[in-house]
Amino acid sequence: MAIRLRGVVKRYGSITAVDHLDLDVPEGTCVGLLGPNGAGKSTTMRLLTAQSIADEGELELLGFKLPEESKQARALLGVVPQLDNLDTTLTVEQNLLVFTHLYRIPRSERRAAIERGLETAKLRDRRDTRVDKLSGGMRRRLLITRALVHRPRLVLLDEPTVGLDPQVRQELWALIDALRTEGTTILMSTHYIEEAERLADTVLIMSHGSAVAAGAPSELVSEHAGDEVLEVYGPPARLAEVEAEARAAGMRTRRTGTSVSVLGVEAANGFELDGERRPANLEDVFVLLTGEEIA
Amino acid sequence: MTTIETRGARLGRLERSALTGVLVREIVNYSSYWKSSTFSSTVEPTIYLLAFGFGFGSLVSTIGGYDYVDFVGTGTVATAVLFSSAFPAMFGTFVKYQFQRTYDAILAAPVDTEELVTAEALWIATRAGVYGCVPMLVAMVFGLDPSWGMLAVPFIAWIAGFGWACFGISVAGYSKSFENFNYVVSAVLTPLFLLAGSFFPLDEFPRWVRLLAALNPLHHCVVLVRNAVFGFDGWEDLLRVGGLVVFGLVVWRIAINAMTRKLID
Repeated sequence: MAIRLRGVVKRYGSITAVDHLDLDVPEGTCVGLLGPNGAGKSTTMRLLTAQSIADEGELELLGFKLPEESKQARALLGVVPQLDNLDTTLTVEQNLLVFTHLYRIPRSERRAAIERGLETAKLRDRRDTRVDKLSGGMRRRLLITRALVHRPRLVLLDEPTVGLDPQVRQELWALIDALRTEGTTILMSTHYIEEAERLADTVLIMSHGSAVAAGAPSELVSEHAGDEVLEVYGPPARLAEVEAEARAAGMRTRRTGTSVSVLGVEAANGFELDGERRPANLEDVFVLLTGEEIA
Repeated sequence: MTTIETRGARLGRLERSALTGVLVREIVNYSSYWKSSTFSSTVEPTIYLLAFGFGFGSLVSTIGGYDYVDFVGTGTVATAVLFSSAFPAMFGTFVKYQFQRTYDAILAAPVDTEELVTAEALWIATRAGVYGCVPMLVAMVFGLDPSWGMLAVPFIAWIAGFGWACFGISVAGYSKSFENFNYVVSAVLTPLFLLAGSFFPLDEFPRWVRLLAALNPLHHCVVLVRNAVFGFDGWEDLLRVGGLVVFGLVVWRIAINAMTRKLID
C-alpha cells in the first residue's frame, strides 16, 4: 500500500473535518477522492504531508508512519497544491531549479531533471519566461511538473483542474494520465465527477469527513444507481409529483435542478413515465450518497 | 536517474540539505529584486547621515569625544541592520505564508518548520550583515577614517541581524493580520531604535532609561560597532557579543514555535 489510513480523525474545535476515515491507495493505482466542498478532502491531503496532525488513527505513507517519519515520506512524495504557489517573479526554469534543491536531487542530475520537467510541461521555449507572464494553463502544467522533478513514487493532486477551461483541463488530464501509465501512484482529490471517472481506478466518495463508498467508478454506478436512469423534465410542481410517484413504486430519485432522475429504471416493473432514458453515471451516485443539499 | 532512497535512514533535524533548499529559493528570488533592495538599503542610511550629520553636525561638532559624522555613521549601522532584518522578516514571512503560500510548498518537500525558519533567518542575517556595513562605508566617504576593527562590523551586524530576523518572523507568526505590525513597530521597534544611541549618546539620560537601554540588543549593537571602529573595550564588548548571541538564540526558538503554531495544525 502506498497510503494506508485507519480510523483517522481530525477536529478543529467543535468541527470534525475528518471523521474516522479509512483509505487505501495500492501502489501503482490512481485513487480519486470525490466529495462536495467541505467533505474533508483538503484536510486529508494536509494530513498526508503532516501539515495537519491527526487527533486519532493510524497513517502510513510509503511504509512510513505519520507524523513521526513524515520527512522521509515527503522525500518520495510529490504534491500539487490546489492554490498555485509558484514563485511568480522567477522564470519557469528557476522555479524548477529551486525544487531540484528542495527535493535534494544530486548536483549531477539537476540539469537533466530540469530539462525533463520543461519537456513534460511543454514549456521548453518558455524556460526564461517569468511565471506571471504565463497563461493559466501553462502555470498549472508547471505546478504539476514542479512536483515531479524528483520522480516521486507517489503524487498527491489536490483539485488539479479547479477553475480552468475545458481545453486546459483536457490537457492536464493527458499529463496526469501519462503519469499514471508510467506507474506512479496517484491520490487525487476532486469535486469534478468527470475527472474522477476518467482518471481514477478507484474512487472514494467522502461526505462529512468519512468515506461513504469506495470502488471502481463503474462498480459504484451499477451498485448504487443501477444501469439506466429516466430523466423527467417539467415545472417544479410536476417534478414533486414525479418524485412521489417514483418513490411510491419503490424507486430512488434525485433532483438535478431542472429535472428528476429516476434511478434503476431497467429493473422497474410496469413503472412508466414520459422522459429520457440515459445510462446511469457517477454523478447520480455522488448526489445520492452525499446528499442533495449543499452544506 | 535513480529516485532518492531515504528508507531506513532516519532524517534528522536541521539538515544541511533542507537548509540549502530554502536558501537557494531565497537566493534565486533575490536575483529578481536585488536592485531595489540594495537601492533602499543604501539610500536610506545616506539620508540619515546627511540629515543628522549635517543637521546636528552644524550645531555640535563633537559628541562624547567623537566627530559627529563619525558618531552617526557608526551608530546607523545598527539602524541599517534593523531595517534590513526585522522589517523584511515581518513582511516577507507574512506575505510568503498568507499570500504566496510559499511555505505550503516548502513544507510539502522534505523540510521541517524548524529548518524553514532557520534558513530564512540565516538568509536575512546575511543580508543584514552586508547592508549593515553600508552606513559605515558612506561615512567613510564623508571622512570616517578606516581601521582594522571595521572588518569585525559585518560579523556584529550578522549576529544582530539574525536576532532581529527571528524577532520579525516571530511577530509575523503570532500576528493574524498585517495591522498588528503597527503595534509592534510603534510600541517596540521605534522606542528601541531611538533608545539605541545611534544619533545621541545615552549617558545624560536618567538611570532607568540607561537600564532599559542595557536590555536593548540594538544598543549593544551600536556600541559594539563603534568600539570595533574606534577601539574594542575588552571584556565588556565580549559580554555584549554574548548578549547578542543569547538574544538571537532565544528569539530563534520563539520564531520556530510561532511558525509551527501557524503552519502546522
